[in-house]
Amino acid sequence: MQTQPQPVPPHNTTSPALSVERLSKRFGDRIAFDDVSFEVGPGEVFGFLGPNGAGKTTTVRTLGTLIAPTSGLATVAGIPLTPENGLEIRRRIAIMPESPGLYLRLSVKENLECFADLYETPKPNDRIRAALQAVNLVDRASDICGSLSKGLRQRVALARALLSDPEVLFLDEPTAGLDPAAAHEVHDLIDTLRRGGVTIFLTTHRLEEAERLCDRVAILNTTLRTIGPPKELRDRLFGKALVIRTVQPLTDPGDVLVGVPAVESWRQDEDGTYILVVSDVAAAAPAITRALVAAGADVLSISESRHSLEDVYLKLIDQDGETDPK
Amino acid sequence: MNLSARRIRGIFRKELRDYRRNVPVIVSMAYLPLIFLIQPIVVIFKVDSSTAQIISHAPVLLYMLAIPALTPAMVAAYAVIGERQQGTLEPVLTTPIRREELLLGKAMAALVPSVAVSYTVFAVFVLVVDIFAAHGIAAALIQGPQLLAQLVFTPLLAAASIWIGIAISTRSNDVRSAQAFSLLATIPLAVPTALMAFKVIPATLGIALGFAAVLVLADGLGWRFVSAMFDRERLITGTR
Ligand SMILES: Nc1ncnc2c1ncn2[C@@H]1O[C@H](COP(=O)(O)OP(=O)(O)OP(=O)(O)O)[C@@H](O)[C@H]1O
Ligand SMILES: [Mg+2]
Repeated sequence: MQTQPQPVPPHNTTSPALSVERLSKRFGDRIAFDDVSFEVGPGEVFGFLGPNGAGKTTTVRTLGTLIAPTSGLATVAGIPLTPENGLEIRRRIAIMPESPGLYLRLSVKENLECFADLYETPKPNDRIRAALQAVNLVDRASDICGSLSKGLRQRVALARALLSDPEVLFLDEPTAGLDPAAAHEVHDLIDTLRRGGVTIFLTTHRLEEAERLCDRVAILNTTLRTIGPPKELRDRLFGKALVIRTVQPLTDPGDVLVGVPAVESWRQDEDGTYILVVSDVAAAAPAITRALVAAGADVLSISESRHSLEDVYLKLIDQDGETDPK
Repeated sequence: MNLSARRIRGIFRKELRDYRRNVPVIVSMAYLPLIFLIQPIVVIFKVDSSTAQIISHAPVLLYMLAIPALTPAMVAAYAVIGERQQGTLEPVLTTPIRREELLLGKAMAALVPSVAVSYTVFAVFVLVVDIFAAHGIAAALIQGPQLLAQLVFTPLLAAASIWIGIAISTRSNDVRSAQAFSLLATIPLAVPTALMAFKVIPATLGIALGFAAVLVLADGLGWRFVSAMFDRERLITGTR
């Protein structure tokens, strides 16, 4: 029996960190996720959104080599996802599962010591300290995990995932159940990791979280509904629009608004605001302002319509009314 | 296959730290040995010197080997299903650990306290007999070859018992039933030495060596067998 350090090939920064092709997983005749394809670039923060039961956790477990896909192909950290490669893949990734799964009778440090051994981390004490510093838990190192609050346990689990300096980090709802301040700390940590070049696969229900942190998001509901940068998804689904408020309603809005460059159509909301679908916000806004002033209208505000990612999400999840495939 | 000593040690250390603070495990480790200790002590105090003659012809002490045959499985039964129920198995399985390493670390962590408890109980028994039993009883009971058999068979039986317990643990859905099944399944391990103790089969050196050889083989195969039974996906998802 011997410890053999495995040679790790140099990290290839051009090949994708994750590549998934027509991946499916079934449990008996229940489909957990189906025909999912995407790629995640190195250093990218990729958001994986979807309602309860969409298959997010099952996807993480499949890519983390805990369960085998029913069909399809994937590469994780540059290594093809096959049963033989499980160990090699697990060396390069870390997963923070949905529930922290700490040894509650052990102290924070003892939990981390165990995992430092399992990852064969060099200089374990230094790494444990660094991981605890990253999640702001140095002064709780000798606390028994069973005595920690839910949020603190979550942070210990996060520290555990950082121990091995992974190439790809899977975070399964890392802020579930955290208060806003604690969630904010986790967000900051993810930002720091991103700057360090770690690829992050983040599942979440929190749309503002995905919007803030993720370079791209995918929306899953058993099948992949859409994928792209949050802003692009908004534009793609809702188009670009301007919202105009005036002190008095326009006497003849059609006369003022039609024919202005870049304005494609307009409508009036119940509250008296005018919504203009435009092809180019930067061209339309000044032109509209001039037209309104020329028509003698008192403009209160002109702003770009902000559809949230939540609007995108709800619209996509609602499509074909299939929130729960069972 | 290159096993990592460090990963095995990591599991081993974690298990011992956990067992120390886990009351149900301590109770299951302690209560069988206590029964096995109290019962013969009571008997020994009732007999007088005239019994010494009878005892000296039977390796009665071999009966104490039931402790390492039965107790370790009670702890080992906890090994996999206990972690599964606590939800701590999934994080461990996301690390680069091999199932052989995980299981060996767990088996060793169950072996060390079980062997320690067995030796201690035996030593206490011998001491009590030596100090308090009627004249001649101690000399009749405590025979050199039996002490040697105790020393050698304790770890061999304990290891076999542990593999049975872990095998049941990987297939169980709750700790209690795993422990109950393990106790039943390890009873055959206690039978050969009990039969020798009561002179049903002769306690010859040849038979002892044969039994030891079988146990060594079973302990090695037990590790392979339990590793093959260990199915990550089923343990994580509870299906298949
Ligand atoms: N072990 C299992 N056996 C059978 N079906 C399962 C199993 N695990 C998951 N499923 C099913 O697969 C589907 C996806 O589950 P999964 O846990 O991946 O969803 P999720 O997106 O993580 O949901 P949540 O947001 O609630 O965590 C669900 O329909 C679920 O019931
Ligand atoms: Mg989930």
